[in-house]
Amino acid sequence: MSSKSITGEGGAGRAGDKIFSGITVTAGCLILFVLFCVAVFLMWQALPTFMADPADISGGGGFGRYILPLVIGTVIAALIALLIATPVGIGVALFISHYAPRRLAQGLGYLVDLLAAIPSVVYGAWGMTVLAPALVGPYNWLAENAGWIPIFAGPASQTGKTMLTAGIVLSVMVLPIITSLTREIFLQTPKLHEEAALAMGATRWEMIRMAVFPFARPGVISAVMLGLGRALGETMAVALVLSSGGLIASLIRPGNQTIAAEIALNFPEAFGLRLSELIAAGLVLFLITLAVNVVARWIISRHKEFSGAN
Amino acid sequence: MVKVSNFGRTASVLTVSAAVALGLAACGTDSAAPVPAGTGAESSVTGTLSGAGASSQDAAMQAWIAGFGAANPQASVQYSPDGSGAGREALLAGGVQFAGSDAYLDEEETAAAVEVCGPDGAIHVPAYISPIAVAFNLPGVTDLNLDAATIAAIFRGEVTAWNDPAITGQNEAVELPDTAITAVHRGDESGTTKNFTEYLAEAASEKWTDKASGEWPAGLPNGESASGTGGVISTVASTEGGITYADASAAGSLGKVSVLVGDTYVPFSADAAALAVESSTAVTGEGRPEADMAMDLDRDTAESGAYPVVLVSYHVFCTSYGDQQTVDLVRAFGNYVVSDEGQAAASDAAGSAALSESLRSRAQAALETIRVRS
Repeated sequence: MSSKSITGEGGAGRAGDKIFSGITVTAGCLILFVLFCVAVFLMWQALPTFMADPADISGGGGFGRYILPLVIGTVIAALIALLIATPVGIGVALFISHYAPRRLAQGLGYLVDLLAAIPSVVYGAWGMTVLAPALVGPYNWLAENAGWIPIFAGPASQTGKTMLTAGIVLSVMVLPIITSLTREIFLQTPKLHEEAALAMGATRWEMIRMAVFPFARPGVISAVMLGLGRALGETMAVALVLSSGGLIASLIRPGNQTIAAEIALNFPEAFGLRLSELIAAGLVLFLITLAVNVVARWIISRHKEFSGAN
Repeated sequence: MVKVSNFGRTASVLTVSAAVALGLAACGTDSAAPVPAGTGAESSVTGTLSGAGASSQDAAMQAWIAGFGAANPQASVQYSPDGSGAGREALLAGGVQFAGSDAYLDEEETAAAVEVCGPDGAIHVPAYISPIAVAFNLPGVTDLNLDAATIAAIFRGEVTAWNDPAITGQNEAVELPDTAITAVHRGDESGTTKNFTEYLAEAASEKWTDKASGEWPAGLPNGESASGTGGVISTVASTEGGITYADASAAGSLGKVSVLVGDTYVPFSADAAALAVESSTAVTGEGRPEADMAMDLDRDTAESGAYPVVLVSYHVFCTSYGDQQTVDLVRAFGNYVVSDEGQAAASDAAGSAALSESLRSRAQAALETIRVRS
């Protein structure tokens, strides 16, 4: 009887194996196929832009001249967001994983995750109506006292709708991604490593520095990269918050624009070549995101020896 | 966003071709009898009318679709707000039966229209007139007098304080503070921007050297921008010293500028806007039918009481369609839109200005020329 049930189960297991591997292979191929389709669509629709006379492109200087300020704007916004969100996110994650009492940690974890569920248009509306006006005073102060630094050159915007504001809103939006991923990774640090460090007489901070951070580094990097992906592609919030314009070094004056917001703002009325231009801009964003991910993978693979897998 | 919209376009084109095919199949050859035109009489029209085009008239269009559908339960109208250019393109490709457009067909498009719409080409009927208010936020000030050159200078960032002599000189009765001016323009491409810059380029040609365009000139670094009518209005409402241009219906409690026309300052009103449209010059040329109402607005008008900062959005129809059913449907819808009832519905929904009596009768006459293709 026992042998029968074993073979019976074995048979079912083999069938299950086949079905399951079939499903996973299909899912894996499907995502590649979708990605391929998106890439083909973007290239096909963007083609007229690259064939067109450079004088016909918006701005009259060819696609390169058109897209470069947008690329720079996109990168600046994402960098501001990461500069703010990474330390804060790691701090919150450490607090939840290693400092806070268990009860508080759980509640706080839920709250941070909740931040990720708020639609971006709500962040945008908040940034536009609450945050931007509130930042006018600080921006004026920065322009007066730190105006010699190019990024704080005045006169400051009187609406507060600037690149810095957009970056701050973006940082709030990427915070939950960075926090929840890094929290999970910090929690996976082998208890033995932590206890060994403490037993050697390390303080809690030294233990975190010696045991937690090296173990978590690749995970933190992927968390930051995921956050970067969100910041690069964020559309509505930037479109609402940023007072877009030409490329400008100062972060507290109106100006600059990101690719995603440029597409969102101009798509509804675009047709013909303009539509193709916007899709070409989308293609550039796609390539940037791809490059970011490749770099992230590469960094993680260099730090493989720390990963939890071995 | 990209995918959804494309799907919508494909879907509407499919629906149209299906409707056209059905119509062709159902109708014989001997149905070319003219149908009496009227505004509310045709409850007998059937079928589906498809249009695409300007998003500026989308709010009004929703009201028209609802009103027309209620009066003609057998008929329905679809409208896809893909933008003026996309709408004209779809009309000329035969994908839709009418286009909504903020600009009339250019010469190339007029030539293309002859091939799609028959020998008389396409016909424009003004459907949606919306005055654009120049609105500002200065506590205690509800009305300012400005000429086009000063408005241009403000939006170019050349006049930067509210107590600049260029402004105070025209407003001696008003106490103006030294608040900095924050000029806010549309960050997205829009017909409002196109008409506003067209006004500045014509009425203040020595100050405003950029070409009129739906996108704000990239070379002006001083302005703030916001997306959509709601965006510019809320930005100005929360910024003391802010000024912007927007559909008059959205300007709410902000102060409004009276613009200098001839030698009087005219505040915006529906009547003043309709007057400006009426005093515009008709566009004539090869391929444009006689009854066509395409017009060049005279932004530099000296007509007293006209308010030249105005957006006119057309409905572009073919002058001939393949079957009587479609002709009836097009005429019934066109007539409903320009009727008192239709214009009132648009004005409730979108705050537009109603067509004047003479524009309406011309529009009805223009719709009357739509025939079955022989």
